[in-house]
Amino acid sequence: MDGHPRAGQGPGSGGIRYVAKNMRLDLRLIAEMIPAGAKVLDIGCGDGALLAHLTAEKGADARGIEIDMAEATRAVAAGLAVIHGDADHDLAFYPDGAFDFVVLSRTLQAVERPREVLRQMLRIGRHAVVSFPNFGHWLVRWQLLSAGRMPMTGTWHRHWYETPNIHPCTIRDFFDLCALEGYVVEQWLAVDEHGMKAPWRRSARLANLFGEQALFQLRRG
Amino acid sequence: MSAPVAPFPQVDHQRAVFADGLALDCGTVIAPLAVAYRTYGTLNAARSNAVLVCHALTGDQYVAEPQPLTGRAGWWDSLVGPGKPLDTDRFFVVCANVLGGCMGSTGPREEMTDPEGHPLGRPWGTDFPNITVRDMVRAQKRLVEHLGIARLLGVIGGSMGGMQVLEWAATYPEAVYAAAPIATAAHHSAQNIAFHEVGRAAIQADPDWRGGEYWRDGRVPAQGLSVARMVAHITYLSEQALTRKFGRKLRGASALTFLEDVFEVESYLRHQGSTFVRRFDANSYLTITRAMDYFDLAADHGGDLAAAFRGTATRFFVASFSSDWLFPTSESRALVRALNAAAANVSFVEIASDKGHDAFLLDEPDFHRALGGFLAGCADRLGV
Repeated sequence: MDGHPRAGQGPGSGGIRYVAKNMRLDLRLIAEMIPAGAKVLDIGCGDGALLAHLTAEKGADARGIEIDMAEATRAVAAGLAVIHGDADHDLAFYPDGAFDFVVLSRTLQAVERPREVLRQMLRIGRHAVVSFPNFGHWLVRWQLLSAGRMPMTGTWHRHWYETPNIHPCTIRDFFDLCALEGYVVEQWLAVDEHGMKAPWRRSARLANLFGEQALFQLRRG
Repeated sequence: MSAPVAPFPQVDHQRAVFADGLALDCGTVIAPLAVAYRTYGTLNAARSNAVLVCHALTGDQYVAEPQPLTGRAGWWDSLVGPGKPLDTDRFFVVCANVLGGCMGSTGPREEMTDPEGHPLGRPWGTDFPNITVRDMVRAQKRLVEHLGIARLLGVIGGSMGGMQVLEWAATYPEAVYAAAPIATAAHHSAQNIAFHEVGRAAIQADPDWRGGEYWRDGRVPAQGLSVARMVAHITYLSEQALTRKFGRKLRGASALTFLEDVFEVESYLRHQGSTFVRRFDANSYLTITRAMDYFDLAADHGGDLAAAFRGTATRFFVASFSSDWLFPTSESRALVRALNAAAANVSFVEIASDKGHDAFLLDEPDFHRALGGFLAGCADRLGV
């Protein structure tokens, strides 16, 4: 099982800046949600592809947190404001309302305390953008039902004993958590593995069956 | 131990002298103020490409050229120069000997003056006032203004140099576009103070120290200063580095003896100690280690480190080294969290290295890439 931690193309040694076409498709979808000039924190920013794009194309004040030291070093060497750290331990130190948008891409399922991370995101940011792999996808359901073993799919492709994804959830589970916490879902969509928008975005039930990834924009209620 | 070493030779250092002197944290005004410095590269017409490098406890202004007393390469030669991460084709690099130092800036080894600034015909010695890291930074600020620079593109330094960087960012935020505190901390820990105190006790226990007035008979407390350096040098290395370099190797001796240095590591430390006394002044060592011990940026801001940086527009680059136990990563992380609490723009990496605290002075490619990229990004934003 694996939610694909970011692995965007590394910056060239000549300091080549990212352009949108180099960016992973789901990051492009996230970038579309963020208005020009916003203050953004990208948690799990990898080598900073989204940060570089938001800085260059939208004049954003974009900062990042990355748990992998090699990726963080690459991002810093590209001139981006990235710190080595993680969602569970570093968000508590930011002041209330420090950002317009706080982004957590394909990482929620791997944090120790997802509920607390979401709380922190909406404490330090006005909006939270969260993407996660959907454990309710039909292939996952089918594999568990038919074989009686933990699913192994394109999205969830690491064995249960070595996956970093300790908190998988489904799209409907996530809606429930938002209701429980009183978060307003400003937009949501389900996408396939490559980040293409899927046609079943009107129905949460259908999205939960056919969507491989989910993308939510939230605010406090 | 070797015979007493004669006071080191007089060298003419490049200096700026400020007749009106400097008001210190302790309340004393020291006049005149001399700041010895070196520059590399060219200041551009807009005066916007200046980078100040702050040196560590026993460093000096000779960052990227041979040190005049030892003839050895500049202490940050691997980082500063044409085409290097601190590229002197792009940046105008300035480095000053700290206040209290012994390479030409006002310090215990320089001639004492009375409150009116009249020379008294003897060195300051232990009568040199207690100084702080902030006093060092104030002296550097005078130099920077003297050079016609209103805002520094960057202030960079490791260890005690990193303390100066933090003090610069806290005291003169509008004069610092980018700050790079490296392998440092916002205060000196109890353990660090303890090691310093062992060094100071060694100097003061040397009969040649003579209560600090060793200059009267032209001797220096070589044994004490050498032991201070040996202790300090251990704290700059990691156990791994010592084991890799020396292990339990013997110096050609066939049997173990208590009489002389038997192990390679002993001989190495003795060499470090004996070369140090030829270039460093004992009273300077006492003065500067005290200034480091006093350093506590949070205490100066009501106990809240974030308060030191609140509202700052300075961009920060913080780096630590994984095997550094003198200024461990936890100290850098605490600094980063305080900067985040102050909503500052900050980058932070821990560089994997087994070379201990000294790693910041050595050729660490990841460190050089990250710092170089940070500086280049800042220069791009400023159009330098």
